[in-house]
Amino acid sequence: MSNANRVVITGLGIWSCLGKDLKEVEASLRAGKSGIGFDQPRKDMGYRSALTGVVPMPDLKEKLTRRQRVMMAEECFYAYAAAEQAFAQAGIDMDFLERNEVGILFGNDSSAKAVMESIDTVRRKKDTTLLGSGAIFQSMNCTVTMNLSTIFKLRGVNFTISGACASGSHSIGMGYLLIKQGLQKMVLCGGAQEVNEYAFGSFDGIGAFSVQEAEPAKASKPFDKNRDGLVPSGGAAALVLESLESAVERGANILGEVTGYGFSSNGAHISDPDLDGQLRALNMALNMAGIAADKIDYVNAHATATPVGDSIEAQAIDAVFGKRRPYVSSTKSMTGHECWMAGASEVVYSMLMMHGDFIAPNINFATPDEASAKLNIAASTIEHRFDTFLSNSFGFGGTNSALIIKRYVA
Amino acid sequence: MSTTTLREEIITKTRNFLVEEFEVDGSTIQDDAPLKETLGLDSLDYVDLVVVIEENFGIKLGAEDFQKVVTFRDFYDHIEQRIGPNA
Repeated sequence: MSNANRVVITGLGIWSCLGKDLKEVEASLRAGKSGIGFDQPRKDMGYRSALTGVVPMPDLKEKLTRRQRVMMAEECFYAYAAAEQAFAQAGIDMDFLERNEVGILFGNDSSAKAVMESIDTVRRKKDTTLLGSGAIFQSMNCTVTMNLSTIFKLRGVNFTISGACASGSHSIGMGYLLIKQGLQKMVLCGGAQEVNEYAFGSFDGIGAFSVQEAEPAKASKPFDKNRDGLVPSGGAAALVLESLESAVERGANILGEVTGYGFSSNGAHISDPDLDGQLRALNMALNMAGIAADKIDYVNAHATATPVGDSIEAQAIDAVFGKRRPYVSSTKSMTGHECWMAGASEVVYSMLMMHGDFIAPNINFATPDEASAKLNIAASTIEHRFDTFLSNSFGFGGTNSALIIKRYVA
Repeated sequence: MSTTTLREEIITKTRNFLVEEFEVDGSTIQDDAPLKETLGLDSLDYVDLVVVIEENFGIKLGAEDFQKVVTFRDFYDHIEQRIGPNA
């Protein structure tokens, strides 16, 4: 692979319950601030838990035409906001996008609100014409890539990755592979997640959510012995990935380098995690990066705060890193589980930490259990300069993804 | 309800949904102005127009109805015909 392209990150964008841009989000991460709240309408709808990440809607009326906005589901609004930031940071303007074949790969695995509202309308009106022109474009899983590719006039690779809660991570992994192989020079990667009351009903229904509603900020307790489930959340994250050659040619500010992508499928239970599957993804990422486990300074864990999930991941991290014990934290303790977006947003969060020389805390970690006691979990913010991190993402269906990203050195 | 009042109501409602939902500059909505060109309608916009007309006037317009409509006046006439006392 010596002739393979090196792949770098030149732009980041984020819109989440921790903030509406990189600066706000970095401040929240550093402060260990939770973005979780209580949403009464969910309770009224019969949810077990009304806890959710609180994500504001971007006002895009001045930026996009009515025709553009009509086609966009909720998650597209977040994704546009994140993509705009990422392109701006990368120094990419519309002129560049029109002259070059820039691709887009986004993780998204539902557009429930658009689907539900369409169903409500057609049941009421008994006439599909009255769904309006936007319903089809909002309802498809690829609503984000359809809309952003049109708005930003992208002419490279263009599709959505639906890999459950690893979708966003796989989008970065696939973008990395396409650039590495020389098939694309630049790809906008990311993940988006709707945050409405229709999006999570069925997930709530299987008892996956924390019901510790009294103090929303304390509900998400990854790795803690008293965790009782995840808190759903969302928004969008975007990253500009490009070949090192392209970045250098443009004189871009290089923020980091993607060096490893490990993927695997458990081939087992649809919702239970699997140690062997996770280990294979982690080891594949390390092998691809060509580094020993002791070179990883920080692990951004997938840990969603479900009893079984966190335990298996803790065992996987311990098995791979052992005595080296890199810092570990799950930013989901602050954000909740950003699902389809999480794999991308957590790379953005980790990039902010790497550039800000700190490890964001795994808040609400008070009492370890047997598995998490073996890890070096950052329960509070740690000022620490680091050069290489690994980000885990695992999803239903047994899909696993691990990404390794390091500080760029020429 | 007199015909004049109904007409005024149609004009007001039309103006409101065109300005609010279609983001049309209100000053361009003139009786003699061509509807399609003024609104810059493409095939997808017609679908949305059918939706707002149904929401506002309780009637569904088809492609054959729009063929008869050139100006805003034609549009008001058509709606009035469909929902007025002689409908």
